[in-house]
Amino acid sequence: MNIVVLVKQVPDSGADRNLRNDDNTVDRGSANNVINEMDEYAIEEALKIKEAHGGEVTILTMGPDRATESIRKALSMGPDKAVHVVDDALHGSCAVATSKVLAAALGQLNADLVICGAESTDGRVQVMPHMIAERLGVAALTGARKLTVDGGTLTVERQTEEGYEVITAATPAVVSVWDTINEPRYPSFKGIMAAKKKPVQTLSLADLGVAPTEVGFDGATSAVVEHSKRPPRSGGAKITDEGEGGVKLVEFLATEKFV
Amino acid sequence: MDFRLTDEQAALRESVRDFAREVVAPVIAEHYEQHTFPYEVIRQMGKMGLFGLPFGEEHGGMGGDYFALCLALEELARVDSSVAITLEAAVSLGAMPIYRFGTDEQRATWLPKLLSGEALAGFGLTEPGTGSDAAGTQTRAVLDGDHWVINGSKAFITNSGTDITALVTVTAVTGTNPDGSKELSTIIVPTGTPGFTVAPGYSKVGWTASDTHELTFDDCRVPVANLLGERGRGFAQFLQILDEGRIAIAALAVGLAQGCVDESIRYAKERHAFGRPIGANQAIQFKIADMELKAHTARLAYYDAAARMLAGEPFKRQAAIAKLHASTIAVDNAREATQIHGGYGFMNEYPVARFWRDSKILEIGEGTSEVQRMIIARDLGL
Repeated sequence: MNIVVLVKQVPDSGADRNLRNDDNTVDRGSANNVINEMDEYAIEEALKIKEAHGGEVTILTMGPDRATESIRKALSMGPDKAVHVVDDALHGSCAVATSKVLAAALGQLNADLVICGAESTDGRVQVMPHMIAERLGVAALTGARKLTVDGGTLTVERQTEEGYEVITAATPAVVSVWDTINEPRYPSFKGIMAAKKKPVQTLSLADLGVAPTEVGFDGATSAVVEHSKRPPRSGGAKITDEGEGGVKLVEFLATEKFV
Repeated sequence: MDFRLTDEQAALRESVRDFAREVVAPVIAEHYEQHTFPYEVIRQMGKMGLFGLPFGEEHGGMGGDYFALCLALEELARVDSSVAITLEAAVSLGAMPIYRFGTDEQRATWLPKLLSGEALAGFGLTEPGTGSDAAGTQTRAVLDGDHWVINGSKAFITNSGTDITALVTVTAVTGTNPDGSKELSTIIVPTGTPGFTVAPGYSKVGWTASDTHELTFDDCRVPVANLLGERGRGFAQFLQILDEGRIAIAALAVGLAQGCVDESIRYAKERHAFGRPIGANQAIQFKIADMELKAHTARLAYYDAAARMLAGEPFKRQAAIAKLHASTIAVDNAREATQIHGGYGFMNEYPVARFWRDSKILEIGEGTSEVQRMIIARDLGL
């Protein structure tokens, strides 16, 4: 099975993150950039399928030059090769434009299965799998907590707020996964050394037949107009127990609609 | 002259660092408190190839080197020493002698499972009556037909009694050399061999989530083919193993020392006294600066020893220096980190309390500080 995993480099969600003041895009320069956490689960799922059924796993990343670090790290987990879409004109692209570029790249890769994280920790819009599936004209199985492959049939347990749904579809398809689906492996030294030699193909917008005006700020369907830092947390309410502490606690919870 | 890591070495360090923080840190305090062996953590360490780090791929290893192992040990020990010493003993004392001195058959039998972490091996050198004076070995092995018959006991043997321990390599007196000295050899004793008894685990001050036992051999018979390496070469063999092991222990000690720095910085920023974080006080800042200084210089010492070893140059003195210095400053840093944490530092639930309890053994195991000084002095021609 030919599997392509979408991997995005994002600022470390465990550290301080900012938007740039000049163009309101994510500030990647001052951040520690890592693989989007959910994408590691997508990689792991692809590797497990390859180990069980054979095939090839390709990493597909759209991002600036520095995303190479994350591509190497992804490859050190075990995938066979990577494709890196890099072009200065991509800076400022919205989700719709990003899906156009990724779909164009996927069009060249003949994937039976595209796996991605259910969301990225920077944008968090959760629309990429749907948009890509729509552009490719294939099924979108989103929010998977379990994925089973049986020949050309995919069965997914789709995690919802109430429980889960079981959905099946034929390949080719796009599957997005949550972090409940597996435990990603840690790169081994052998994997790290092997990643050095794995092919990473670089594609530009011209290679994909996408015009620069369709992406970036020019092609954006939405724009961030302004931003400000989240205000620091207030001190909260302090209740001193003078015999009525319990009552006051319940009142607070009821007023704030926590109960 | 460059002490910076290659991209691949840095990536390995990051991978192990992530593992230590995400997998080891959340569960180790409980194992430490209960004195239980963290099988699940060890299984996952095996899965990521840590037990195969310095071994060739032809035996199921990772194709790395001894320095790669040291980097992994440092990062593990930065979070916890019990899992670090389990790895250190499994690799440099358990698998390495078989890798280096074993026959093709011994290697084929044992290395695949040892290098994948599915099985562990112990190295039985120390005895109840003899530690640093290894030539004082009392355990004897006598040839009886096509079997060695082993009698004696071993003390403080790491990884010798886990559910996944496959064998213990023991040093034993197998005769007398022409000059009258003891002829020492090493013999592989598989777990479960009749006459080989593993005593219940010790009650230890530190390293409580690692596995340590006294072993007894009572007319324990193993095939002659279990001789590891050449008969009579046991002494030379383990001296070589111990020299390398000192670099690994130094790396582990540096990890503990750095973990003390990590925890102290965190606490100094969080903990407030007299209206400001205690880290705003120069007394605390200087303590932490000194701790960082010590961890850094000890790291350079073990990098240097490892570099010489890998270049095939003499490294005995440098290994002793690295081990002596790193263990000394590990104890220093553990003491200061505990001091910075005040009363909380004396509570077992705080990592620094574990560091404090784990630090002392570093000045004792794999050659005491006194033995390291003897080695250094001897190497200086004294």
